Amino acid sequence: MASESGNPLDDILGRDEAILLQQWVEGQVNAPGFRSDRTSRQEVTDQSRRFLSLLRDAAKSGETDIDAPAWLGAREMLADLSSARAQQGFSPSETAIFIFSLKQPLFDRLAAALPGDPERLAQATWKINAMIDRLGLYTIEVFQRGREQVIVRQQQELMELSTPVVTLWEGVLALPLIGTLDSARTQVVMESLLQRIVESGAPIAIIDITGVPTVDTLTAQHLMKTVAAARLMGADCIISGIRPQIAQTIVHLGVELGSVVTKATLADAFAIALKRSGLAVTRVQPPRRGDSQDAEQRSAPDRNEN
Amino acid sequence: MERIPILKMGEYLLVTIQVDMHDRLAMTLQDDLTSKIVTARSKGVLIDISALEMVDSFIGRMLADIAAMSRILDAETVVVGMQPAVAITLVELGLSLKGVRTALDIERGMALLRSRIDARGREDAGPA
Repeated sequence: MASESGNPLDDILGRDEAILLQQWVEGQVNAPGFRSDRTSRQEVTDQSRRFLSLLRDAAKSGETDIDAPAWLGAREMLADLSSARAQQGFSPSETAIFIFSLKQPLFDRLAAALPGDPERLAQATWKINAMIDRLGLYTIEVFQRGREQVIVRQQQELMELSTPVVTLWEGVLALPLIGTLDSARTQVVMESLLQRIVESGAPIAIIDITGVPTVDTLTAQHLMKTVAAARLMGADCIISGIRPQIAQTIVHLGVELGSVVTKATLADAFAIALKRSGLAVTRVQPPRRGDSQDAEQRSAPDRNEN
Repeated sequence: MERIPILKMGEYLLVTIQVDMHDRLAMTLQDDLTSKIVTARSKGVLIDISALEMVDSFIGRMLADIAAMSRILDAETVVVGMQPAVAITLVELGLSLKGVRTALDIERGMALLRSRIDARGREDAGPA
């Protein structure tokens, strides 16, 4: 029988497709990782049937290298399936079981097709085994890529979210930094701050690092670069929100902040910024009695926080 | 030969760099500017680089050099309108142009020049 075309895989797929499909689906549904909550027997059957016919097209060509053009259809289908499963929240093994559970039924059919010819059986088994393994690895790769894309997208979103430049007053910008500063983030921070300086023509920018958990030499260097770049454009930077521990770290690390103005709180920095702009905040009228009680009550929790 | 025009406005010199700088152009500018400061007896130089989109270390150093030379010739230099990309490049190149004064636009640059020259005038007058 094997002599029909010399290609046992093609023969089996042509002759025993129905039984293969049935056994394969059975194997997938009964596998320990089968997600009955995410997929159904019907869906698995459809996917398996489609894959078997694509596999047959590929096997007909006699090509064993799955990177060959004949395998394009099978590869694409696997890629679609595995990225879809990645998005649905399947685990890698739950995704790979699709292709690996095809082994058992295929080998069974192969053994039935080549009785009394152990040498050819072994050879064909080995070939098919290698092919299925490569298809399985390919599935995992695509799965991984899908996950990585999700991670990269989230990173980008996080980066955009975490670097807002706010206008405190006409001509005074503030950049409240939250979270650890690494090189990639500093680049985004620097670019968005400088861009806003150009757009708004603000001569003073306050960089508030209250939300930065730790400052090491690298972070300090990044900050200094941002300040230097802003200065080159003609804007002054004030660094505020330096906590006592961070002040200690900066001195212990021997970081030279040079002529950069630093303030403990954003409020202090804002006061300096207003002063430099020739502005001042004054009380228009003394608080009225009724209002003052209200105001005191309202501001009481604030004061506690401070 | 290609040259960057130097405009005289009262006691100030105004240079606007509208083209991409190459090394020879930069050297010519340096020569022209220093001689113009002397002949026009200028007290201040304003260099507008808002149209400059690319810099290299040479142009960066040239800006610093021009500022230093003008100072020796008793003129203040202010560089205005640097683009963010240019500023980032210079900082990454390690050229923070310590001796150069900067401003966001021409108006602010002019105001800065005036205040610097006034301050210097008072210093020169000495303790009366």
